[in-house]
Formats: sequence, C-alpha cells, structure tokens
Amino acid sequence: MKRKWYDWRNVYLWLVFLLLYAPIFYLIFYSFNAGTTMTHFTGFSWQHYAELFADTRMIEIVLDTLLIALLSSLLATIIGTLGALAIYGIKKVWLKNSILSLNNILMVSPDVIIGASFLIFFTFLGLRLGFSSVLLSHIAFSIPIVVLMVLPKLSEMNHSLIDAATDLGATNLQVLTRVVFPFITPGILTGFFMAFTYSLDDFAVTFFVTGNGFETLSVEIYARARQGISLEVNALSALMFLFSLLLIGGYYFIEQYNSSKKERRRNRMEAKLIK
Amino acid sequence: MKKYNAFYSVPYVLWLLLFVIAPLLLIVYQSFFNINGQLTLSNYQTYFGSGTYLRMTFNSIWYAFIITLVTLLISYPTAYWLSQTRHKQLWLLLIILPTWINLLLKAYAFIGIFSQAGAANHFLEFIGLGSQQLLFTKTSFIFVAAYIEIPFMILPIFNAIDELNPSLINASRDLGATNWQTFSKVVFPLTLNGVKAGVQAVFIPSLSLFMLTRLIGGNKVITLGTAIEEHFLVTQNWGMGSTIGVVLIVAMVVIMFATGERRKKGGHRE
Amino acid sequence: MKRLISFALAIIAFCALLAVGSSQLQKSQGASSSGTLTLYNWGDYIDPALLTKFQKQTGYKVQVETFDSNEAMFTKIQQGGTNYDLAVPSDYMIQKMHKAHLLVPLNYKRLHGFNHIDPHFRDQSFDPGNRYSVPYFWGTLGIIYNDQMVKASAVQHWRDLWSPKLRNNIMLVDSARDIMGMALITQGHSVNTTNVAQLEQAKLKLEGLMPNVKAVVADEIKMYMAQNEAAVAVTWSGEAAEMMANNSHLHYVVPTEGSNLWFDNLVIPKTAKHYKAIYAFLNFMLKPENAAQNAEYVGYATPNKAAKALLPKAVATDKQFYPSDSVINKLQVYADLGNRMVGIYNDKFLEFKMYHR
Repeated sequence: MKRKWYDWRNVYLWLVFLLLYAPIFYLIFYSFNAGTTMTHFTGFSWQHYAELFADTRMIEIVLDTLLIALLSSLLATIIGTLGALAIYGIKKVWLKNSILSLNNILMVSPDVIIGASFLIFFTFLGLRLGFSSVLLSHIAFSIPIVVLMVLPKLSEMNHSLIDAATDLGATNLQVLTRVVFPFITPGILTGFFMAFTYSLDDFAVTFFVTGNGFETLSVEIYARARQGISLEVNALSALMFLFSLLLIGGYYFIEQYNSSKKERRRNRMEAKLIK
Repeated sequence: MKKYNAFYSVPYVLWLLLFVIAPLLLIVYQSFFNINGQLTLSNYQTYFGSGTYLRMTFNSIWYAFIITLVTLLISYPTAYWLSQTRHKQLWLLLIILPTWINLLLKAYAFIGIFSQAGAANHFLEFIGLGSQQLLFTKTSFIFVAAYIEIPFMILPIFNAIDELNPSLINASRDLGATNWQTFSKVVFPLTLNGVKAGVQAVFIPSLSLFMLTRLIGGNKVITLGTAIEEHFLVTQNWGMGSTIGVVLIVAMVVIMFATGERRKKGGHRE
Repeated sequence: MKRLISFALAIIAFCALLAVGSSQLQKSQGASSSGTLTLYNWGDYIDPALLTKFQKQTGYKVQVETFDSNEAMFTKIQQGGTNYDLAVPSDYMIQKMHKAHLLVPLNYKRLHGFNHIDPHFRDQSFDPGNRYSVPYFWGTLGIIYNDQMVKASAVQHWRDLWSPKLRNNIMLVDSARDIMGMALITQGHSVNTTNVAQLEQAKLKLEGLMPNVKAVVADEIKMYMAQNEAAVAVTWSGEAAEMMANNSHLHYVVPTEGSNLWFDNLVIPKTAKHYKAIYAFLNFMLKPENAAQNAEYVGYATPNKAAKALLPKAVATDKQFYPSDSVINKLQVYADLGNRMVGIYNDKFLEFKMYHR
C-alpha cells in the first residue's frame, strides 16, 4: 500500500508530526540564541553549548537520569509483564476488575500524594534516600502503564493457539517463550517506552524520595524555574533529542538489516526446496 | 500455564502490597485527620458540603473527558494510517520521541508559540483571521493537554490495528461493504481493546492534571489536581489533600468497574 | 523472545556504561578529602564559581541540592534521610521550622562578618536577634508595568489596579499570602491578620479585581511579561529584575503605602553534620567580595552593606530594588500564622480564583 506523499492521508500524518515536533524545534531554535531567553532571538551563538559542556554537575545529572530511566523501565516492564500474565490467568471477573483497579491507583493519584507517601514509607523502613529509593519509586509508578499496555495484547491472543501448542506436547515454559511472548512483544515494547517516558518526566515523586546528592534532570529543571530556566537546558534538550534520534535510527536500521538478511536466507532455502 | 501462575505473580503481588496497598492505607488513614491532627470526618464533610470542591470535581471529570475525546479523535486516524505506511515501526518510535523532552520546557515552548507575537498568531494573521488571544483560554489548555497525551493514545491503538488480519478487510470488501461499513463493522470493533487501553492511559491521569492548568490556562480552569497540590505543598493540610485523593481513587474504581470486563454471556473463553 | 532478550541485554550494557560515566564524573569533580557540605538551596541561586573558590580556599566540597518551594523543603527536612548542612528558607518558614524544632542556633563565636549585614535586615520578627538565620537575599512585592501599554503614573499604588482601564490586563502571582496580603494592605489591614472577617473582606475586594485579572500564574510570569502578554503584573522584586533584563519597557514599583518585605536566609537545620564546614561557608559568604559576586550572579538584592558598596553604582542606587529607608520602614514581613490560619488564607484565595469561572 504505497501512497504518494501528498495523498490526503499522508498529509494528515505530516500535520500530526508537525504538531508533535513544533515545540521541540522551538526549543532547539532558541538554544542557539545569543541572548538569554526564549522570547527574543538576538543572534546566533554556540555559547549555551559551551556552558553546558563546562557544567560537569549537569552532565552527571543527565547520566544519572538516563540510568534511572532505563533501569527502572526495564525492571518495571519485566514485573508488569509477569503481572499482566497473572491477571490474564484470573478467571473470576470481580477479582480481575478489583486487581485492575488497584493497578491503576498509582496512575490516578497525583504525584505529590505518591511522593509524600513513598517518602514516609522509605523513612519508616530506614532506607537511605538516594539512587536506590528513586529507582524503587520509578519502578513502582511505571508498572501500571506496562500492565495496561500488555493486557490488551494478551486478551487479543487466540486461545486455540495455546491449546494447539499444549496438544502438540509443548511444556508450559515452551508455550510461554515460543507462543505467548512473541505475540505480545509489541505490547511489551510499548510498555517499556511509556515507562521510560514516565520516568524521564517525573518531578514530584523524585523530589520527595531523593537525597544525599542524587538528583534527576526534572528536579533540577523545576527548581531552576524561580530564577528563570537558562538556555543551557535548551542546549541540553537539543543534544538529547539528537542523540535519541540517532539511537532510534541506528536501532531501526540494524533491525531492518537483520530481518532482510533473514528473509533472503529464507527465500534461498525455499528456492532450493522447489528445485 | 496454571502452575507457573503463582511463580510469576510474586513480584507483581509484592509490588501491589508494598507500593499500592500500603500507601493507599496511609492515604485513607490520613484523610480522617484534620489540620490539627484530630480524628474526624470533617474533611469529607467539607468536600461534599462545599460547592467549591464539587465544582472542581465536575471540572476535573469534564476536562478529562474532553481531553480524552480530542486525543482519541486525533490519534485513531493517525494510528490507522500510520499502520499502512512502510517503515511503520520507525514512524512509531518517532511518535514517542517528543515525550522524552521535559514537560516544563515544552510548556514554555507553547507559551512562546501561542503568545501575542508568536508563530501561531502569525499563522492566523496569514490566513486572514487576525491576531487572537490564545493563551489562558480553555481551548489552548485542552490543546496542550491533548498534545501531551497523544502518544499514549496512539501506541495501544496502533498495536491493535497492526495485528488486524488484512484478509478480514478484504473479505468485507469482497462482500460488498463500503469503506465506512468495513471500518465501523469490522475494523473498529476489532481494535476496541487497544482503544480501551488508550482511553484508560489518557483519561485516568488527566483527572488529576494540575500544572498545565496554571502554565497554559492561567488558573482559569481549576481541577482537583490543583487543590491536592495546594493542600500538600502550600497549606500542608495533608488530611484534606488525602481526602480528595480518596475521592479520585473511588471515581477511578467506579469507572474501571463500569467499563471493565463483564461476565461473558456465551463464554467462548472457558 | 530472542528479540526481547537482546533488547534487554543492550539496555543493561548501556546502563553499565552510564554508571561508569557517572562515577567517573563524580570523581573528576574532586573527591572530598576534608569533607562535603550539603547545601539545600533554590535552583540556580548561588554562583557556581563561588563554590569552586570555596573549595580551593578551604578544601570542603559543596554539594548543592535544590528545591522549588519552601513547604516541599520543610517536608524533606522534617522527614530526614539526608544530611542537609545548610538550607535557604524564606522568612515565615524560618519561624515555622523553629516552631517544629528543626533549627540549630547559630554560634556567634564561630561566625565572622555578621556586622556587614545592614541593621535594617537584622533582628526581624520571624527570627528575633538572628538566633537561627543569616540573611542571604531580600526583596519586596510590587507592581511591574510595561511603559508601552500603561503610563507610570497610572500604577503607583495598589488601588490603581482596580481601575477599569486595566480590564483583562493584569497578571497575579499564584501565591495566597501575597495576593491576599495586597488586598489587606489596600484596606489598611496587616498582612498577618488573623481576623477572619478582614480576610473575607479582602476576598470580596479581590473578587472585584477579577475583571482585570488576565491570569494567575507562577514562575512562568517572567516569560509572559517579557513577551508583552499583559500591561501589569503583581510579583516579587527578584522575578521583576529577571523580566526587566529581558524587556527594557518593564519597570518595577513598590507602592509607598506598604508592601511585603521578604527574606531568604541561611539556616542550619537539625539534620546538619559538618559544623566546621558550615561555619567556614557562612563566613565565606559573609565576606563582602563574595556576597557582591553572588548578588551580581543571582540578580537579587543583598543585605550585606559592605557588599552593596562594591556593586556597580547603577545597581546599588537603583530605587526599584534598593528602595529608600522611608519605603523600607513601611514594608511588612510575613509571620508564620500556623497551619489553620494559612489554610484559611488559601481557601479564600482558592474561592477567589474560582470566582465567576
């Protein structure tokens, strides 16, 4: 189904992308401002990038933020996927609905409530605030979104597939790894990316549970709002954006290359078989 | 699969106990204390007795509904047509990418774009509508809120559409159905699971939105999220804040049961 | 399945890289040989160059953690879990922290240079005799206006804001004490009143202002005013200085009938551990050349008299930010009124914000 780029359906997609990227281009544009604000562009300059590279504390914060985001979303994805499997296995409708309601509590509660309760909880346990408390909280508030993304894929799964596999003598583990997981992979990946977004964006929860010199980017940015956020942060966002773009592009082309190689091999095999 | 059920639900159940049920109990407990630390029902009385909070509740639900609707209307066609493009996985990743830039910064960018001399007004002047007051209107607030939620709606819907068996669509066409009939009778019902997940992922967090109401809406719209924020961070009346939290949670549970899975009539799944 | 596992492994590998990078950076910032001082501060509220200078002079490394509201900081210090050595709360919060037994008294034998602090800013009601706090920065609440949209003479007093000429043209800061306080002053009451009838009156007065109010916003007010979104705003001097640096048409006025005088002071919270480093830092910050350098970086008014003398003349004589003594004498400082009263202020303010919407 190849469409011309000016097909009205593609034009719609272009518009959506334009909308999604408009504020980001705006931020990047002003990162080159010779002035100091996002309101008046006075000329081109690299000065904010120079400031950023001189600011080792900021770079350390960025690395820590990414570390927390990746690690927490990975762990949340694992726990959440297993949780979705468990919920999927529940037969009683009321129990299922109750657990799903519990699952969503952290999504509906405003961040300050979650942050304050986690802080009380961690200090009650005597846990040292810092990396580990932030990691635990991020895992905790990311799990529900993963469950929410994996569960519909599970319910779409055709049950006869599993029955067939079992009839053919597959063990439970084999059914799980060979039938179930491949089918729900898109849901799992979606869950991971959303958890990643949640973690990067969170400010209030992190603020409450962090301490001992550990800080994430969001906390730093919000705390700077009173003095006015400097364009150094714009420069940082621009670089992070570029980096993510390269990462996504790279990942995609490796994936593409692998799958096309596989396809070629399969074609060759088929050709041989026909011979 | 039953045997493994107990095994793989352990971490999840642990999470439920430690990070959901324990804080939940704490919130419910706090909601029964007033600002002087006395055990009382007065927080609930204040909530249900004052027009202020009831109006805020109404505002929250109403705006969450509108935001979800707008998001859905923009996202469904996007997901649908995106699933028909080549390199669709790449495009999908590019939909997520903007969410990795800090929310506060994006809000500041919107302030710049929507300002009197901003790009949006230049465009309006260009098409002959003239310069408008865009900031601090309900429309701009809904627009920016929808902007933030769009990726959370597109992803689950895309996943549902992507799995759709094209032979079903072809069959429907062969049987003489129009495009619209095919969509409304075949495609949409089959992607309902994805739509439901998307609606939950957008509606539930939108109930407690607070920052954008101030940043973009200039506090013209006041929701329960604003009130909770204030009680926890300004007045330090954690009791009242928790009470509103409890009401939000109850509202969410009611919605979950109302839209949740029903007892299947025919029961094709055991 | 294979795809998922390789994906997970890639992430773990990347995490390992990040962890190594982060710890390397931490080392490069100078491992603390003689100890670390943890300063709990507002974001970007100290010149980083001073921290480096301090480390060179004394050997103590300063680790800055940031907060964005007094109340959030209060919760964090009360709950503990981190050894904050110094914090920078505002006036009423110092009183509140003292009441909650969260502060350690200053030892004046170890403190040098306190005499540089202007007597006007010592011995305030929130901390009599400065037993707990060293003034760090101070400022006022006032009116900022755009000379392209309104005449200077039209906005010299609080009551001018109610003029029908300013319809839908005023922005207010989203802060209950400040906006209620403004209405109280207009009616001739104290900003610390605990008389509920007066508060109700103030609320009614504010509701009359509503047709003129364009928006009630917080830190983003700087961006709005710099972009000419409104003619007039009610905000703090610190924010005003930031706006004026970006838009030459903006001017700041402290109404002569009175306004709020606010402070951000350095205090030692009960979580403190490293007293040697704490006093070294306090003495370092009291030195006029350091205080002046910090004031130039942050852009707020310094309470350090000797430091003010070192500032460029244009800054030190600017009546907008260093008002005359007669104006200063009319300013009122917020007192901590207790949770119940603060609750009433906030409820009234909330009702005002919800009015006619």
